[in-house]
Formats: sequence, C-alpha cells, structure tokens
Amino acid sequence: MSGPGRTVGIQGLVFDEPPIFERSTPGRVGYSLPACDVPARPPESLVPAHLLRDDIPGLPEVSEVEVVRHYTRLSQWNFGIDLGFYPLGSCTMKYNPRVNEDVARLAGFARAHPYLPDELAQGALQLLWELERFLAEVSGLDRVTLHPSAGAQGELVGMMMIRAYLQSKGNPRRKVIIPESAHGTNPASSALCGYQVVGVKSGPQGVVEPKAVAEAMDPDVAAIMITNPNTLGLFEEHIAEIADIVHEQGGQVYCDGANLNAVMGITRPGDWGVDLMQINLHKTFSQPHGGGGPGAGPVAVRRHLAPFMPVPIVEKGPEGFRLDYDRPKSIGRVRSFAASFGVMVRAYAYIRSLGPDGLKHAAETAVLNANYIMAQLKDAYLLPYDRRCKHECVFSDAKQLPYDVKTLDIAKRLMDYGFHPPTIYFPLIVPGALMIEPTETESKETLDEFIAAMKAIAEEAREQPERVRNAPSKPRIGRMDETRAARQPVLRWKPGT
Amino acid sequence: MRYIPNTEQDTRAMLAAIGAGSVDDLFSDIPESLRLRRPLKIPAAVSEAELVRQLKALAATNADADSWNSFLGAGSYDHFSPAIANHLIQRGEFLTAYTPYQPEVSQGTLQALFEYQTAICQLTGMEVSNASMYEGASATAEAVLMAQRISGRRQIVVARSVHPEYREVARTYAAQLGLTFVEVPFAESGGTETDAVQATLGPDTACVLVQYPNFFGVVEDLAPIAEAAHAVGALFIVCSAEPVALGLLKSPGECGADLVTGEGLPLGGGLQYGGPALGFFATRERFVRHIPGRLVGQTVDRDGRTGYVLTLATREQHIRREKATSNICTSESLIALLATISLVSLGPRGLREMALLNLRKAAFAKQRLGKLPGISVRFSGATFNEFVVRLKKKPNTVLAQLRRKRIVGGVGLERWYPELADCLLCCVTEQKTREQIEALTAALGGAR
Repeated sequence: MSGPGRTVGIQGLVFDEPPIFERSTPGRVGYSLPACDVPARPPESLVPAHLLRDDIPGLPEVSEVEVVRHYTRLSQWNFGIDLGFYPLGSCTMKYNPRVNEDVARLAGFARAHPYLPDELAQGALQLLWELERFLAEVSGLDRVTLHPSAGAQGELVGMMMIRAYLQSKGNPRRKVIIPESAHGTNPASSALCGYQVVGVKSGPQGVVEPKAVAEAMDPDVAAIMITNPNTLGLFEEHIAEIADIVHEQGGQVYCDGANLNAVMGITRPGDWGVDLMQINLHKTFSQPHGGGGPGAGPVAVRRHLAPFMPVPIVEKGPEGFRLDYDRPKSIGRVRSFAASFGVMVRAYAYIRSLGPDGLKHAAETAVLNANYIMAQLKDAYLLPYDRRCKHECVFSDAKQLPYDVKTLDIAKRLMDYGFHPPTIYFPLIVPGALMIEPTETESKETLDEFIAAMKAIAEEAREQPERVRNAPSKPRIGRMDETRAARQPVLRWKPGT
Repeated sequence: MRYIPNTEQDTRAMLAAIGAGSVDDLFSDIPESLRLRRPLKIPAAVSEAELVRQLKALAATNADADSWNSFLGAGSYDHFSPAIANHLIQRGEFLTAYTPYQPEVSQGTLQALFEYQTAICQLTGMEVSNASMYEGASATAEAVLMAQRISGRRQIVVARSVHPEYREVARTYAAQLGLTFVEVPFAESGGTETDAVQATLGPDTACVLVQYPNFFGVVEDLAPIAEAAHAVGALFIVCSAEPVALGLLKSPGECGADLVTGEGLPLGGGLQYGGPALGFFATRERFVRHIPGRLVGQTVDRDGRTGYVLTLATREQHIRREKATSNICTSESLIALLATISLVSLGPRGLREMALLNLRKAAFAKQRLGKLPGISVRFSGATFNEFVVRLKKKPNTVLAQLRRKRIVGGVGLERWYPELADCLLCCVTEQKTREQIEALTAALGGAR
C-alpha cells in the first residue's frame, strides 16, 4: 500500500506525557540499593558539614513502572530505522544489527575497567588491534587511531596531526583549503587548530577542479580537506591529481571519510594519495546513532603521520597486546582512556559479519539504490548534477517553487507518507537541496514506495500546494515555532512552567 | 547477506531502470587506476552464531568487574544501574534515530534530552546544560576554550589534583591556540589550597580548573577558590569524574562555579573499558550563547502544543562554520538518555543513599587499610569513594601479588605523579561488599 494512507499517525494508542519531573510524588521509590554492611557513620563525621548538601531540588521521585511507561511513551514519538526508511543524506542510516548490541554487552567487554593492567585486558586490546588493521585495509592507509569519539573530533585530531607534522618540518603553515560543498565541521575543525580557511568552488560537473586547487595552493597551505565521495554524492574524479598538486608544495591531503560507505572494497583513499581520513563508525560501520551519538571517528593515517597519533595506541609484542604511551612526537591525548570501546566492538562485529565480499556488496548496493532513486525521480524534481552518483543523490525544489512549495514543505509532507525526510538545504551549493541517501539495507519495494511518495508530493505541489505547505498532519505534533525557541530560550524544566 | 535485502532479480530490474549494464558500470566515474581489483584483506564473513562464539571467547580473557574483586576507579566507576535503563535505551525508536533534525518525528529524543539538561542542572546547581559532549576530558577541554573565548585571556590555571588525562586533553586542545598552562600543586591534605591558587593568578588568567572530588578522591573546598578566581576576573571551572558524589556533596553551582563539566558514565553507564562515555557541560544563563554543542529548547507548534526543538543553532558549525563555538556535532545522546533514566529512577533520595554507601564503604576500607603495617593513608583531606595509600613495598609488586587472588587492588600513581611513586589509588563503590573489602585487607596484610 502506498500513499499517505499507509500511515495512520502512530499505530495503537499514543499518549501525551509531561516532563518526568511533573510525575514526581514524594515517597515514590524507583531504585533498590544494597543495605549498608559497614558502620553507618554520619556523613558530617567524614566530610566537613559545609561541603554537604541536603537535597537536590526538582529531581523527581518516581516508581520503576512510571519510569518505564514514561520513556516507552516518549520513544513512540520518535522515528527510527527500525520503524521505516530514513534516507537522511550524508548520515548513512543503515540497519543496525542487534547481535552487535548483544556482543557489546558481554560482561568481559562492558564490565571491563579501562585501567585494567594490559595482561588482564588482552581480549579488549586484541579486538582494538585487529579492528585497527581492518580499518587500515579498508582505507588503504597504514595506521589508525581509534580515539576520536565522533567524525568531527576525528577531523580535529587529523588537523592536529597535520599541524604537528608540519611543525616538525619547521613550519605549521597558516591555511587550509576546503571546498564549498564541505560539511560545516571541516572549517570549524580547522579553526580550532588555528588555521584560516580558504574556500574553493566546485566546477560545473559538481567536483573540485585541479585548476581551482592549483590556484589556491601555495607554500602557506597546510592541507586540503576534501570529502570523497562529496556531499553531492559524486566521486571526486580528479582526486589523485589534486593530491599531487597539494603534495608538490608540501601540503597534506585530508579526506573527510563520512561517505566511505559508497566505496569500501571498490577503491581506497590511500590509493588516491590521501594522507589521512576519519572513518565514521556510526555511519559506514553500523553503530546505531542513538538520537545523536555515541559515534566514533577513528583516523587512518599514512606512515609519516603515525608518530603524531594520540596516545595510547595498541601494539603487539612478544608478551601479548599492550597500550603504548611512550610516543614522544604524539599530539597528546584527546580523550580519557583508550577508545569508545563499545562502539569498536560493534564495528568489529559488523566487519566480521560481512567480510570482504559483504563490505563490497554493501557499497555496490548502496550506490545501486541511490542511482535507482535518482533515475526514478529526475523527471519530478530538478537534478542539478545529472550524472552517476555514489551513495546519495541531491535534488532541488526548483520545479516546485513556482507553486510556492519549498524543500521544507516537501520534507514535512514525506512524514505523512511514512518516511523520514532526506537531509535538506545541504549542501549549500544547491539551493533548496534534498539530499537522499538510501543505503544498502533497503529493499526495492521500500525504494519504490518512497519514489511513489515523492512523485505524489510533486503532483500535490501542483494540484493542492496548501496540503504540502501545511504538512505534516500525521505526527503527534505539527511544525514547531523555532523562532520562539531561539528568542525566548527555555532550556530546562522549572516547577510551574 | 541478511542485512542486504535486494536479490539478483531486484538488481537487474533496478539496473534496467537506471540504464546501466552492470553494477560495475555505476563506478565508471572512478578512474581505473584507482580501483581496487582484489578483495579486501580482512577475514572472511562469519555466521551470527560463530561471531558470538568468537567474541565470547575474546571477552572471557578480560578481568571483568563481576568475576574479579576490583578496586579500580580513577575516572571510571562501577555503580549500580537499574535494569530498565539498559532495556529502555534499546527501544529501536531511541536506538536507531539520528540527531533530531526533524522535530515532528523526534519528540521522544528531544524531550528526553530536555529532561537530561534539566537533571544535569539540578545535580550541578547550574542554570543551563547542553545536550551532551563526548566524555569528561574533552568536555573539560571545551570549557577551557570557552573560558578563553569569554575572557579573551590566555593563561589557564589547573590544579595538579585534576585527573591527569583531563589535564592532558585540555593541553592538547589549548596547545593549538597557544594558551599557557600553570599547575597548582596539591597540599598535604591532597586538596588545593586557595593561597596556592592565588599565587598563580594574574590579569591574563582566563580560568581556574579544579576537580570535585579530585583525582585523589579528596573533596576540594570550592567556595574560597571560586572567590579567588572571580577576584581577578577569571572563570571558575569545576570538573567531576564522579557525579554520584553530587548526591551528597554541595553542588558546584552553590560554590560559585561558572562552568561545570565532567564524566556522566558513572550515572548508570558502567565501565565499558572507558567508553562510549558521556561528557556533561553546564554553565550560567549569561554564557548561553558561548556554549559548545547541541541545546534542546521548549517551544510550541502551530496549534500551540508544547514541544521541543534543537535551538540556538547559530552557535554551531553547520551555520557558523569556522566561527562556530565548537566543531562538535554527533555527541552522546543515547548515553545521556541512559544517565537520565538512572538519575530519575534513583531520585534525590536514592542518589543520596548511593552516595552515602560509597562514602561509608570507602571510609571503612580506608580505615582498615590504614591500620595495616607498612601501609598508610597518604592524604589527610576528607575523601568520597577513593583514597590514596602509601606502601612500603613497590605498588606494582603488591598489585601483582593481589592479582594471584583475583583482586585488582587499585591503580599505581607513578605513571602520572613521580612524587607519588609509592602510592596506590583505591576506589570503593556501593558495589563492593564488606566481604570483598575484607578480602583486600587480608590479602594486603599478607602481601606487604
């Protein structure tokens, strides 16, 4: 069944639910703690009285069943991959295997303390050591730091390593070249390292032209940060030539690996001349996104950058695996402990479940699915760059604007059809962009339903534009007053509000 | 492959619709010289059952806190977590959602994060909290950068009793901008004395950073340090690696903190060999537009119904690009949800009771250990659930002897503090029974 009739809002009963603080009833208990089996000394005898507090005003008193119902009700207001198609461009919303959740919770992993001596944490260290090798092989690079907690921190760590490397050669340089189509995190990460950002425009084909890089390149440029495949979903076909241009003047080539899903097993950044890249494990390697993390953004590097990786790293020696802290050229630490270990377990489990053929098949299918959507929708929506795409395709609202229907309206109307909207208004180089990334874990039937919905909305935009402009009507709540949220910020619950 | 639904027949039909002869044709834009024409050199795929078998075997080689008697703390604490927390965060609607960019279909995550922000404010005594950061150390580093942005000053004063890894991370971040660090030594109490702080302060001091309780478990007296920092116009940052202590200790907000950061994993998240963790970050309302990271705000929809959105985005990288307050994007929403569920389940009384159990059990252990010949308590200051003991024998030798009895006796301090090379940091949470504490005492009595 297709059309808006396939959703009836949320199935079953949906409840309104106030903030949990309003559920509080004095005396309710939602916990069970052990009895005190040591002398119950008064706290004032152990800590000076003026350092103690009496109460935590506002923290609620609720029973266990109330907590369960509250958060179950809240969960029903969310859309997730488990519920349906989530084609959020650049986010790689693929299915999150449940066996990965199980193995990450094994006591030997979840209940291991990060300061266990190495000889008591051999399993954890072996997993990290092997995962590093897998990621190095997929990226075509030599070593991988597993420390960064997200893609953006990976970028930052990457830029820190570039800076430290160039500093070791005598001059950290001042500028970083970033194509206009880049994620906002790229310029922000560069700025955190004190670099000035130099923009380059994409050419008419939607990719960066070597000539533009050559013009921006000079001996004061530390690096180029380039996303490949880029945010238009296109492969930067001149990447090798661009890398040569940057290297000739002593610059480094950083690849934002957010879109690695499109190319794993097919082509490797290391073979393009890339010196380092972050790998978003919550995209390509199926770590659930959890409503905004946890993720992880390991950074793969070429050999010359390895001495600058954050400490510690896992090494294998005659006595087994160990954490190596003795790395004099390291940029230092970027987090406590050795990694977001649970995320590493899930990525490891994913890679072992797919193997070399499965990873390649995933990339091929992700690209097939994106090209299929592109082909089926390019009559209904303007396709600014009509050429083979990789993991995602980018349309615009140009054909709908004459009816006063914008990208935002199309996105909201998709909800009524039972789909999460694509990424909208990004990349900035396509006005009114609709960025669609289906991933490999969707069936042809799902894609066909989505395509039918998009075509129906294009039709509605012509015939009943009001309907699209007033969407969504199916979710529990309508379009939000975001201006009010920003002008009169209410960022916490207070009694009586 | 069970995660990829399309069959060969589907593929053929889709290729025909695209007008491509083969899947390989879809990659014709990649220059042939860049193609990988061999399989990736990673192990062949394993079945679900085989995967579980192999990972169980690997996990079994780690000394987990269930099968070993562990007294490790030092920034990672073993606390009770209600079973419901782990179940609720695995609801697919929470687990498999992205960052809530589309509020109409993300109200669950948004309201939960609004509740998280509120609970963090209540716990820390602050006015505004963001929706989470990566982990305690980098959240603290971001607070240092924020203090620099607000004050325009370049000197960072840090107590030496702050977790060594937090100090290292703050230095790594700040080094990029050329900020200078001054360390304040700890006193015989193990705490930081106001005079020592004052001696480092000057007109270029951006902030003073203190940990609460500090790395040695000592409860710092924050109020006089806050006063000293404010007297020279510096911001006062309090980080906490053990927020369970705030169930009992006066909140940093009440003591004059301008920024409160720390590690939220002890709030129900467990050990996880260090992560994924949860950085919390709270401050005063007047600094709200300087905050890094995501903020959830309450508003109304077109029909006046209350709901939540991501707000004040003009601070952020996707709008401001290189002028953003931070580059952070994906953070730790699911762990924030977990911490919220644990916190509200405990409530004010449960958290206090848990904190009291920690305080009493650690005090009991400290007293028992301090009475053993060859062992003394190193610092005189009041402690929460950790304490430092000085050993006559080499700590590493003692730890190795304990290991034979399946006891992990704590962490030696030599790697971070050469002046404390003969010392051991021991942690006792509510998870430890009297019997386990006595086993440690007996073993140490024998291991001296």
